Amino acid sequence: MSLELKDISMRVDGQTHIYNTNLILKKGTMNVLLGRTLSGKTTLMRIMAGLDVPTTGKIFWEGKDVTGMRVQDRKIAMVYQQFINYPSMSVYDNIATPLRIMKKDESFIDQEVKKTAKLMRLENMLDRKPSELSGGQQQRCALARSLVKGSGLVLLDEPLANLDYKLREELREEIPKMFEESGAIFVYATTEPEEALLLGGNVATLWEGKISQFDETAKVYHTPNNAITAKVFSNPSMNFLDIRKEGEYIYYGNNEKAPISNVLEKLEDGKYLAGFRPNHLELNKHAGNAIEFSTHLDVTEITGSETFLHMHHDDDNWIGLVHGVHDLEYNSNLSVYLDTRHIFIFARDGALIETASYVQER
Amino acid sequence: MAKITLSNLAHSYIENPKAKEDYVLKPLNHEWDDGAAYALLGPSGCGKSTLLNIISGILTPSQGSILFNDVDVTFADTTNRNIAQVFQFPVVYDTMTVRQNLAFPLKNRGAKEEYIKQRVGSIARAIQVEDILDKKASGLTADAKQKISLGRGMVREDVNAILFDEPLTVIDPHMKWELRTQLKALHKELKHTMIFVTHDQTEALTFADKVVVMNQGHVLQIGTPEELFSKPAHTFVGYFIGSPGMNVFESKVNGNIADLQGTEIKLNKTYKTLNGKVELGIRPEFIELCEEGEGINVEIMRVEDVAHHKIVRAKYNNKKINIIVPEDIKITPSMNSIKLKPEGINVYVDDWLVQGELL
Amino acid sequence: MKKTVNQKAWFLVLPVLLLVGFSAVIPLMTVVNYSVQDTFGNNQFFAVGLEWFEEILHSERIHDALGRQVLFTSIILLIEIPLGIFIALHMPKKGFWASACLILVALPLLVPWNVVGTIWQIFGRTDIGLLGHTLASFGIDYNYTQNVLDAWITIIIMDVWHWTSLVVLLCYAGLQSIPSAYYQAAKIDQASNWNVFRYIQLPKMMGVLLIATLLRFMDSFMIYTEPMVVTGGGPGNATTFLSIDLVKMAIGQFDLGPAAAFSLIYFLVILLVSWAFFTIMTNIDKEEK
Repeated sequence: MSLELKDISMRVDGQTHIYNTNLILKKGTMNVLLGRTLSGKTTLMRIMAGLDVPTTGKIFWEGKDVTGMRVQDRKIAMVYQQFINYPSMSVYDNIATPLRIMKKDESFIDQEVKKTAKLMRLENMLDRKPSELSGGQQQRCALARSLVKGSGLVLLDEPLANLDYKLREELREEIPKMFEESGAIFVYATTEPEEALLLGGNVATLWEGKISQFDETAKVYHTPNNAITAKVFSNPSMNFLDIRKEGEYIYYGNNEKAPISNVLEKLEDGKYLAGFRPNHLELNKHAGNAIEFSTHLDVTEITGSETFLHMHHDDDNWIGLVHGVHDLEYNSNLSVYLDTRHIFIFARDGALIETASYVQER
Repeated sequence: MAKITLSNLAHSYIENPKAKEDYVLKPLNHEWDDGAAYALLGPSGCGKSTLLNIISGILTPSQGSILFNDVDVTFADTTNRNIAQVFQFPVVYDTMTVRQNLAFPLKNRGAKEEYIKQRVGSIARAIQVEDILDKKASGLTADAKQKISLGRGMVREDVNAILFDEPLTVIDPHMKWELRTQLKALHKELKHTMIFVTHDQTEALTFADKVVVMNQGHVLQIGTPEELFSKPAHTFVGYFIGSPGMNVFESKVNGNIADLQGTEIKLNKTYKTLNGKVELGIRPEFIELCEEGEGINVEIMRVEDVAHHKIVRAKYNNKKINIIVPEDIKITPSMNSIKLKPEGINVYVDDWLVQGELL
Repeated sequence: MKKTVNQKAWFLVLPVLLLVGFSAVIPLMTVVNYSVQDTFGNNQFFAVGLEWFEEILHSERIHDALGRQVLFTSIILLIEIPLGIFIALHMPKKGFWASACLILVALPLLVPWNVVGTIWQIFGRTDIGLLGHTLASFGIDYNYTQNVLDAWITIIIMDVWHWTSLVVLLCYAGLQSIPSAYYQAAKIDQASNWNVFRYIQLPKMMGVLLIATLLRFMDSFMIYTEPMVVTGGGPGNATTFLSIDLVKMAIGQFDLGPAAAFSLIYFLVILLVSWAFFTIMTNIDKEEK
């Protein structure tokens, strides 16, 4: 059982929303579509569901061409950001509806509804109406309704975005359980890299209508194949620096230089883009070959156990994430250190040249 | 800028409230410093928006009073309280340009042209909208509109407090960073009293000097982000702050030894006899994963890689326990024991923190 | 949203097409046919090209009727739109009185149009009408059948009574959709009531107001029943508006040719103005995006 998108593109009113895309999703996999708002996640999902017809390309489900097929004929389930339930029906009836449409007999329906309700922790609320439930419970009802069908393809479009922070955490733990129970193909759209990391499975990073990388989540995170993937798949965003390598040194900023080590040694002379994650900037020089950067600290943000440092180095805005609470003075000069093990090298146009050496050591 | 005092303030939406449950806000007595940044943090329905509306004047409290700089404003109309409010969705005058939007409050008070020009200029610089000053407000992005809402509030020099009601709700996640840091820098520069309502702990902790944690109409704790993190006064605060929240276990405590469901744990404080429901709270950050036999045995269920650290979801005596392991530590299958760092252990009786004596 | 194409849907449209074709398109074609022909009687017609159109466009009688119509429509719009906004602004938004007011306001709209005319015709009579008799007892010389000004005033007030409610209801709906946060922000900004109206309420009602204006324009430009019942077009032809004139021509004088040409021109004028309105409305929408 697989879903294949072949040469899919979507153009609306002269604007391209999705560029030529090829994607194969296998049975029993969790696939996360990660990207900012308006990057094309919802459009791509609607094409997978059959709600929109792509401008070019074909969709294959289990090897069969389903490109022109109506949504009602496909066996899919979809959950939206806004908790969508039938307002006049009880929770029980809401969950039972898909099965009733499939004309299953009542005893089977009763069994399935109770089983799914138990999985979503709704067994005590079966006779309430959606308006009497809290936000989290309403969304669980929508999730239950999507699960009970036993469809092969379940699409979730930012389903937790309208929930409280803590509720989001709790429901996020339940979604992998849902997924394991059903064995279907799950496609989950989100704007938050943490969610992608927590859900596991595979991730496709989207940027302005193009999928920049699609692979196992850990792989995409630790070995992004270009600067765009690295930028999309990190929160806060990865920091970048233009560098030029010549001989034994790299040059950057205002005529600053540092000796080469680790991946920098493998490079040919030339211009590159160095990328490093916020959590790899340090306030102390731990590693011998750490590069020192003189930056201007704009503001700090303390989250209780960690501190975010917002600084700029020449024209680049950087964010650093360090452990512990550091109440540093705003608008002052700050030296930060970067172990060269943590540097990713990209070409100036974004393509990956060298992955940071710390990844190999994991 | 004003000091805000809440005196026996409570509110109920019902005509004649009798029971405690009828009150959406239970009686509060607090003093909030002039020029500080506060965050009201809590889940939906905890009463934070009600409290904000009482401060702004949209709601009159059913009990108690509220004072600005020791002047009772409980029954004063919003217009007369000199506050500014930024709402969940941007509220701008669509037909006016950005400049006219910012000038509006001053124009309504009959200020002089010169003064208006100067104020609008300096606020536009502070919120970085100088390049769009002459654009019509209706065509701008959501975050630009929120900045204008904010600017309109700050343009009056004598504003008592600026209130924010979940203002980043409509903002794109990657713009949230920028807006938050701008707000923080603005606060440092202009030193207005700012009160920020949110259910997102990151927003609250990064923005505020002091966070007011609320649940079901009660104020559970007011403290700096570090205090809330290391010494949560209530188990709910421990649960609500931190991702994942604090682990809480039923326990017996005798002097400086805790009996955690069979295992003995040495604490770094000593406690008198405790009466009531006794629990131990420890944050995932203070638990260390170690090799088998070196600590308490747990059953590892899942390891989640969140990039800059890993979250280990485990079970101890069939109860969930979360452990945070730093990024560079490799987890091997033989590491299925944990050590609890004593400085991270807090003791709670009936959900409230009990102070022990340091040994 | 691009839906999957399903040709079977055309069958659902077929009955409507037949109905519209029979009741509207075919009669319209007949009118077009008449407009390019003349007759000597006995149902014998011969083609005369655009002769009728030329005659109509130059006819003084038509120009006069057009002038009266434009004057009438302008006065109507100038009174009803601001009055409608004013009433909508002052109607209660919540509670028992909100529903009660809505019902009271909607009542005039429910009365059949010729009954409206009849009501006002009797209302204005000096012998048995409440208004007419009261004015006469104050010594005011009021006679809508003989005095041009009185006829105009009566018809205008009748139309205002009948149709302002439409504007009120539309504006009321527009006002209800404004979130309360805007009013709170205005309070915080210490804006005056006029400023609240000018910068918050009016812009947010713009879309709805345009619809109201368009509807009122179309209906008042085509007005027939009410003035016909009250004044019959008189005194003389002081209140003979375009459609009254058209009916006189077509049915009274049986001048089918000119009448048909007149109808078509009439239709085109309304179509043009409506199209202009529509373009403005959609452009405003586009601007906001």
